[in-house]
Amino acid sequence: MSARLNQSLGRALVSGARPYILAVIVILALLPLLNLAVPPSSPFYLPDFAIKLIGKWLCFAILALAIDLVWGYVGILSLGHGAFFALGGYAMGMYLMRAIGDRGHYKNPLLPDFMVFLNWKELPWYWHGFDNFLFALLMVLLIPGLLAFVFGWLAFRSRITGVYLSIITQAMTFALMLAFFRNDMGFGGNNGLTDFKDILGFNLHTDGTRAGLYWASLAMLIATFLLCRWVVGSKLGRVLTAVRDAESRVRFLGYSVTNYKLFAFVLSAMIAGVAGALYVPQVGIINPSEFSPAASIEAVIWVAVGGRGSLVGAILGAFAVNGAKSWLTSYAPELWLFILGGIFVAVTLFLPRGIVGLFGQKSDGPRISKPSLANLSKMLGTVPPAPKEQRP
Amino acid sequence: MNKPSQPVLYLDDVTVSFDGFKALNGLSFVVEPGELRTIIGPNGAGKTTMMDVITGKTRPDKGTAFFKGVHDLTKLDEETIANLGIGRKFQRPTVFDNHTVSENLELALKADRRAFRTLFARIGAAQNERIEAVMEQIGLAERARDLAGSLSHGQRQWLEIGMLLMQDPELLLVDEPVAGMTDHETEQTAALLKQIAGARSVVVVEHDMEFVRALATKVTVLHEGSVLSEGTVDHVQNDPKVIEVYLGR
Ligand SMILES: Nc1ncnc2c1ncn2[C@@H]1O[C@H](COP(=O)(O)OP(=O)(O)OP(=O)(O)O)[C@@H](O)[C@H]1O
Ligand SMILES: [Mg+2]
Repeated sequence: MSARLNQSLGRALVSGARPYILAVIVILALLPLLNLAVPPSSPFYLPDFAIKLIGKWLCFAILALAIDLVWGYVGILSLGHGAFFALGGYAMGMYLMRAIGDRGHYKNPLLPDFMVFLNWKELPWYWHGFDNFLFALLMVLLIPGLLAFVFGWLAFRSRITGVYLSIITQAMTFALMLAFFRNDMGFGGNNGLTDFKDILGFNLHTDGTRAGLYWASLAMLIATFLLCRWVVGSKLGRVLTAVRDAESRVRFLGYSVTNYKLFAFVLSAMIAGVAGALYVPQVGIINPSEFSPAASIEAVIWVAVGGRGSLVGAILGAFAVNGAKSWLTSYAPELWLFILGGIFVAVTLFLPRGIVGLFGQKSDGPRISKPSLANLSKMLGTVPPAPKEQRP
Repeated sequence: MNKPSQPVLYLDDVTVSFDGFKALNGLSFVVEPGELRTIIGPNGAGKTTMMDVITGKTRPDKGTAFFKGVHDLTKLDEETIANLGIGRKFQRPTVFDNHTVSENLELALKADRRAFRTLFARIGAAQNERIEAVMEQIGLAERARDLAGSLSHGQRQWLEIGMLLMQDPELLLVDEPVAGMTDHETEQTAALLKQIAGARSVVVVEHDMEFVRALATKVTVLHEGSVLSEGTVDHVQNDPKVIEVYLGR
């Protein structure tokens, strides 16, 4: 009998759903044509805002993949991933600001409007280079990656896990929010970066550019999905899930748990940064509210709803929750947070494997069978792993 | 580079206290290369704590612990010690429940443990054969693709022993391997451990006296954190100090 070793549940899950996934990708790829090629009078016409909205969801789905990679597969519940998303967004925003050139309100060829307004005479050193698109792209990966590396190295080396880790990730994003609110940080303070004109010479306010960004987001979502699937299907992926399930046992096998967690955390932060970078040109603004602790928690809820530990689930969750949000907020915006909370509680109690669990699909996530309040703490990772030795 | 006479494991005057209570109290203990050693002792004697010290899980308050005479185990972390060649089976079998039997063995397989190497790792034919051979040896070949979480207690014990074999360590620490096993399985385990020893050193902790007898090795009796008696099974069973400890409970 031949043991097929690199068989992973994640792959089995994807192969079963493959025809549906392909169909959805084709439909998503064709949607902008309903905006570009169909006349507005036609019932099939898709308005501009819809393309922009779905484009945003595609970016959120990338962020959800990033969160699922660390939470679903390594058990690191980061409640601060919005920070990596926002940093990627700011890096892109800085490029877009520099691309405005002398077409700003104050017609300053070098300084963005808000700096002129603050009476700054010189471009701060950290704004240099952002006029170059490739440099900005590099920063989209490097800045979130570096922050994740430093933060993760300190936290994982000290073996901070569970709720404690979640709390400090919240503190991290909160601290960044406060910092970015300050005008003297040089990131536009509470207004953030906005009034962008074009990207790589393409006017951001045309249908064509909008569709282009949409397609770029879709392509990046697919690429990220394939990357994550490859990672979790590798032997390293199996080490990561082993860390999630029995961290100390992995150490006794000779693996450096710190390094493996760092790898996943940094990769995840970079993915989140890319999501933010694609998001900003589509929504036309980046401001410190993206760092708000609530934004990060909301993103974790997408993953919980879709199905923690399933890559398809993370994407589904991002679409489902944001779809519901867009629909509901047009009726009763003030109720949204209550509804979101309600969804989260309902999912943890009755659908611990999320939407993918509903389809009877296996998830790589921790197998949680009985609906119970204990699920809530399990999903939050607040229950320390069972002690390795029984003590009298 | 170590002389053949160098003991594999050398513990001297090791003391571990938990809130003032001494789980290990001046414990000294030596294991020679290729030796199979059995440790017995009443509950709470400090057997598991001793393994915790050797594998870097617990730092002693006092005393020395050397592996092959050169590696100071009191200064190293768990993964470094594991990579030096000390493998451990836990008292409560700990395998990866969400991984299949063969994946559990694959994770334990001796290989480059660095993250990037592991990302690109491919299982070669030789490694595959090794995994299959071990699955045969531990009687789980039929269950190769089943999740470890679906195994019985005894099978989990065997799987964890299999993982130890995959690691190919020089020193194996085996904490209560036959708990939850049938008599037949117990006999097989004794045979397996005897077979493993020789090329490697094995330290077995067990309560089951039938099993200890079957291993037929030097026995060390721990009591209240230090060595009470040492010798053959018959010797320690007839030692009045040992009888008193076991009967006096
Ligand atoms: N982390 C800890 N904190 C507090 N006390 C501990 C800890 N670990 C062990 N002890 C205590 O140290 C003593 C020795 O425990 P140990 O587990 O080493 O015994 P043992 O010989 O393995 O017993 P058993 O046969 O029951 O497995 C026990 O009294 C135990 O309660
Ligand atoms: Mg014990």
